[in-house]
Amino acid sequence: MAIGNPIVLSVRNLTKTYRAAGEQIAVLRGVNLSVAAGERVALSGESGSGKSTLLHLIAGLDRPDGGEIRLADSSVSDLTDAGRAALRRDRLGLVFQQFNLIPSLNVEDNLAFQSRIAGRHDPAWHGELVERLGLGGLLHRYPEQLSGGQQQRVAIGRALAAKPLLLLADEPTGNLDEATADDVLALARDLVKRSGCGFLMVTHSARLAATLDRRINLHAGLIA
Amino acid sequence: MNDKFAISRRAFTGGAVVLGLGGKAALAQGFAGLGMNGGGFASVIPGKTFAFPADHGPHPDYRIEWWYVTTNLMDAAGIAYGAQWTLFRQAMQPGAQQEGWANQQIWMGHAAVTRADTHRYSETFARGGVGQAGVEPKPFRAWIDSWQMRGLDPIGDDSIAPLELTASGTDFSYTLRLDADRALVLQGDGGYSKKSERGQASYYYSQPYFKVAGSITIDDKPAQVTGRAWMDREWSSQPLTSDQTGWDWLSLHLNEGEKLMLFRLRQADGNNYRSGNWILPAGKTEQLASADIEMTPTAFTEIEGRKIPVAWRIAIPRLALSIECSPLNARSWMATSFRYWEGPISFRGSHGGVGYLEMTGY
Amino acid sequence: MSRLVWILAVLLSHWRRHPMQLATLLIGLISATALWSGVQALNLQARTSYDRAAATFGGARTAMLVSRNSATFPQQLFVDLRRAGWPVSPVVEGRIQIGGRSLRLLGIEPVTLPAEVGNAPAIGKAGLQSFVTPPGEMLVAPETLSELKLTEGVTPLASDGTLLPPLRVQPQLVPDVLVVDIGIAQRLLKMPDQISRLLVGKAKGRRAPLENIAGDKLRLVEPDAESDLERLTDSFHLNLTAFGLLSFVVGLFIVNSAIGLAFEQRLPTLRTLRACGVSAGMLNAVLLVELVSLALVAGIVGLVCGYLIAASLLPDVAASLRGLYGAQIPGHLTLKREWWIAGITISVIGALLAATTSLLRAIRLPVLAAAQPYAWQQAQHRWLIFQSALALIVLATGGGLLWYGDSLVSGFAVLAALLLGAALGLPAILERVLSLGQRSAHRPLAAWFWADSRQQLSGLSLALMALLLALAVNVGVGTMVESFSRTFIIWLDGRLAADVYLNAADDTQAAEIRAWLRERPEVAAILPSGRADTQIGGAPIEILGLADHATYRDRWPLLQASATAWSRLRAGDAGFVSEQLARRLKLGVGDSLDVPAPGGNWRLEVVGIYADYGNPKGQIAVNIAALTRRFPQIPLTRLGLRVAPAAVPALISSLQDKFGLDGRNLVDQARLKAESTRIFNRTFAVTAALNTFTLGVAGIALLTSLLTLGNSRLPQLAPLWAIGVTRRRLAAIELAKTMSVALITTVLALPLGLLVAWCLIAVVNVKAFGWRLPFHVFPLQLLELVGVAMAASLLAALIPMIKLARMQPASLVKIFADER
Repeated sequence: MAIGNPIVLSVRNLTKTYRAAGEQIAVLRGVNLSVAAGERVALSGESGSGKSTLLHLIAGLDRPDGGEIRLADSSVSDLTDAGRAALRRDRLGLVFQQFNLIPSLNVEDNLAFQSRIAGRHDPAWHGELVERLGLGGLLHRYPEQLSGGQQQRVAIGRALAAKPLLLLADEPTGNLDEATADDVLALARDLVKRSGCGFLMVTHSARLAATLDRRINLHAGLIA
Repeated sequence: MNDKFAISRRAFTGGAVVLGLGGKAALAQGFAGLGMNGGGFASVIPGKTFAFPADHGPHPDYRIEWWYVTTNLMDAAGIAYGAQWTLFRQAMQPGAQQEGWANQQIWMGHAAVTRADTHRYSETFARGGVGQAGVEPKPFRAWIDSWQMRGLDPIGDDSIAPLELTASGTDFSYTLRLDADRALVLQGDGGYSKKSERGQASYYYSQPYFKVAGSITIDDKPAQVTGRAWMDREWSSQPLTSDQTGWDWLSLHLNEGEKLMLFRLRQADGNNYRSGNWILPAGKTEQLASADIEMTPTAFTEIEGRKIPVAWRIAIPRLALSIECSPLNARSWMATSFRYWEGPISFRGSHGGVGYLEMTGY
Repeated sequence: MSRLVWILAVLLSHWRRHPMQLATLLIGLISATALWSGVQALNLQARTSYDRAAATFGGARTAMLVSRNSATFPQQLFVDLRRAGWPVSPVVEGRIQIGGRSLRLLGIEPVTLPAEVGNAPAIGKAGLQSFVTPPGEMLVAPETLSELKLTEGVTPLASDGTLLPPLRVQPQLVPDVLVVDIGIAQRLLKMPDQISRLLVGKAKGRRAPLENIAGDKLRLVEPDAESDLERLTDSFHLNLTAFGLLSFVVGLFIVNSAIGLAFEQRLPTLRTLRACGVSAGMLNAVLLVELVSLALVAGIVGLVCGYLIAASLLPDVAASLRGLYGAQIPGHLTLKREWWIAGITISVIGALLAATTSLLRAIRLPVLAAAQPYAWQQAQHRWLIFQSALALIVLATGGGLLWYGDSLVSGFAVLAALLLGAALGLPAILERVLSLGQRSAHRPLAAWFWADSRQQLSGLSLALMALLLALAVNVGVGTMVESFSRTFIIWLDGRLAADVYLNAADDTQAAEIRAWLRERPEVAAILPSGRADTQIGGAPIEILGLADHATYRDRWPLLQASATAWSRLRAGDAGFVSEQLARRLKLGVGDSLDVPAPGGNWRLEVVGIYADYGNPKGQIAVNIAALTRRFPQIPLTRLGLRVAPAAVPALISSLQDKFGLDGRNLVDQARLKAESTRIFNRTFAVTAALNTFTLGVAGIALLTSLLTLGNSRLPQLAPLWAIGVTRRRLAAIELAKTMSVALITTVLALPLGLLVAWCLIAVVNVKAFGWRLPFHVFPLQLLELVGVAMAASLLAALIPMIKLARMQPASLVKIFADER
């Protein structure tokens, strides 16, 4: 635990309710959580516990019903759509289970496009990412020509290329076999450390959760 | 470029009418033609004996000719007006006059009325030979379309009065009666008027003594007016030198009864050619040469991108004359086929009075 | 800014990976723009020359003073009117012959010519001096100069030996007109001090009343808002425009399907971009920028193609306009800047229209929706119901218009409703047919065949709609043209009753010719005819005088007639009216009409109605003797001769030798027939060409739809391959499916096309031209079209199928490997 490092994410009393089949389902019922810079946190819980919802709210992909999300000095919940988009672009990295690469861009361009759009492209850091992720020989391939593990490594590289404050990952190894999953996660842990950002990973795997600095368990919409 | 060669009456542009119709190419041609020593037309030579009424009629052997009347008028309420009536004749080719459409004369009419708040003008063209326009000396009649200058009975051949003058445009019209009790005045040397040091000249006589009464209608509102008028008659074949770029001309009615005609031909080399005529009430005249005349612009108005000197200081030390001329309407602009400024003026200083100012080539 | 460029680069990378899609999109936009702007270029060209004609003639666009009772009037009236304040300018007009060609000679007076008489002042005032002073100049259109085989500057001789002024080319001038100074024209035409009309300028001012100056000699003709030519040719241009619009719509179908598919394929990319911090506003803006840029590129290419299309069609258009209406269109295309701007604009608007649904969905795109790339195909089922309802509404509207509408525009609206309704209804009909097929199938593969065809339908429906439209229009137009040419030839046979037609130079020559002909044994009959012009209700009418002769009674075709029609003509109080005129004036046999004639109105009873195809003017046929009594001044120079066919060539050559008649004034029936047929064939040549273009565009639509669909079909095909159906077999099945839906569409297009033909013949033609053709069906032609359509479909389907047959098994395996 990196005590003394600044807090990059703090979540206070977060609530979120969905309406499904005419019923109100309270997914989050007052969640409190914080992640410090350089800290690597696993968010686990059974299916439907609200892990992904929490992650989406933090990423500004959805709006909470109540409570507050602060990312460094800005309040995510106060921002407009465009403001939250800018926040994602400049300060967040997102990695999903389905890799989410752009099929028409090759590996090199996929890696670089978020940092380019954010206007924070750093060739040295880009080079380091390519090397550490072992993508050197794959730069001119297209996503469909890559294996799942390779695709996820590109996704992690893209998320970190803009040097975000916080890396968010939603079951990043869910589509990978165990050995590949371990490889990919090891790379992610290593790179997070090098970049000094916070890391919040949703996973249902206790084994993978155990490899991170801290583990938070979400149960029935509350941190257990 | 058009304006450079454009003229009206006294600027003697032979090419005037053809120029106006034919655009720049024809203009250049017409001008070039003028430089070529009359090109088969009759020459203006000193010592001509004028005969009236015959000389009131056209002289088709000469390239260009005009009948020109300017009037300074006032209505019962004291509002000042100016009215102009001009008929130009231009021969396209020298030689015996052809009948019908083959006739080589082209006629152009300009008419205008000016008030301090408005200036209205109209223009029309006609070919000779069919009767649409022409001039007949006896009984005197000059016409183009419905515009007419007509001798009234009993007309004096030496005074060319009385006359009836009518013209109309889309938004104005006038009918004026012109009376004069004195004979015409021959300009220059017995009617031979030099236009440059190189011998360019015209035949030129005037009737500056007209008294006027009649009506002017602007936008269907008629006004009864009275005042004075000045007629110029001039013809020539080769009036300009190639470096003369334009012309400032004044006809002045002095309150004391004298008349003064002045012109300045601007030359490209800056050696402007000035000339004038001081006409006493009894008809006696005194020629003024370049050295006698000082003409200085004092105010300018910009019209269609051109800077027009609409006010002048005029001094003739020999006559102890020093006056400031100002226009009735600074925008007396004739936006006709070729463009010039012509409008009524008034003056103050050593002498007071009214008159007309014409400026071309700006 | 650089952010925008990067996002645009990401979006554009899609096209690099899917060049075929890009090609589809561009082809759609290009063909839409090209066909539309090509047609517009033709219309524009024609309109410009009508304007020019109107201006040069000082015709309908300018107010005119003409004589009340004769062709010319004294020039003094011009002077008198000018002196009374009238801004008039004289024109004298006549005809002169150069090298056997008769040309209109116009004498104008450039000095007084009103400035608003179009181009004419420019003609007159440039070089005034050389134009007016003898020998003057004779202005001529470049086309006429080359037809006369003369060059600029030469002084031609008129056929009567008069030396004419030197020729000067005036590109703005209409062909077949010569313009000289009025003085020169009066001399050439031997009309000293006479003028034909006075053009009245717009300049206002005080002018005396006309009667005070001219008494009752002159009549003021007010200007028309549009020229005669414009009015006459309106229907022709509407026809062209309708085709242009149809092609445009078909092109947009392609664009719509290409954009829709691209959008679906790019949904994951769009979501990823949003997740990576591109705001919705920015993304939409970039999508719009991308679309507009593509539309601009396609627009420019489309305009160039449009120009080429117009240039290649122009000779036919010009020929049919000349043949039908006597309108002269220059043979070379000149385009205004407005045309280019309008073309680019229509391309952008078209692209935006075609992309509306996709753009709206992009704007509402939720970042978090589960990725379902082909969900739209399911939504299509709901859409199908909506679309069918829409089809019914459109068809009902068309029915209403058919019932209540009474104009050419409503005629076209009926046509448009019919086509649009059918196109919208097509997917539902195909769905019904395929589900019937599915129910009747028993073997599993056959059941799959039908079921999968149904599923594929949504992806193909736009292309099939385009195919349906193109085919139906093809059937419709083909049937109309064929009906027309058959009817026309039969009609022409009857109508050209005489064997030789001649037109003498004047009445004296006509008398000499008649005397000479009477001595010729081979001439069985001399049939004098005459023609007078008048107006009814402002529209020009021809009155044709027919000899009272068995030739006409036996052969002249009448659509309707009273029992004793021909003998009724003799008395001079009865006449036949042309079909057009009967429709316009709502006349039937037994009605009567008043015809304005010099001596007062002439009351005629309608005793027959005859077809008069191709004549824009209304016509009345009366007895020739009665006509000359009522119109004493008409020339009696036209003669028809009955001659044994074998004797025709000899007679013609003796007539030529003896009376100096040339091909324009002396013609035998066979040549006249050939000439007329040629003109009428060309009338529809443009329609047929556009028709072919449209079919081509529809073929491209089908091809591109199949190609874009090809890849997305793999997940459906892979399981079949996995259970042991070979790739070759799969390809064959796919081909059979495509061909069967195309066949069903084609079969549906046939009755629709016949309906379209009926609409054209019974509604549009009647309104446009005033005649109704008998309706024929041509089964062979239909069969041929089915063949063409199937060949086009086969060609379109073949490429994707070959790709499938040759596909590496690995590609199919991959379908299972990554579940996308």
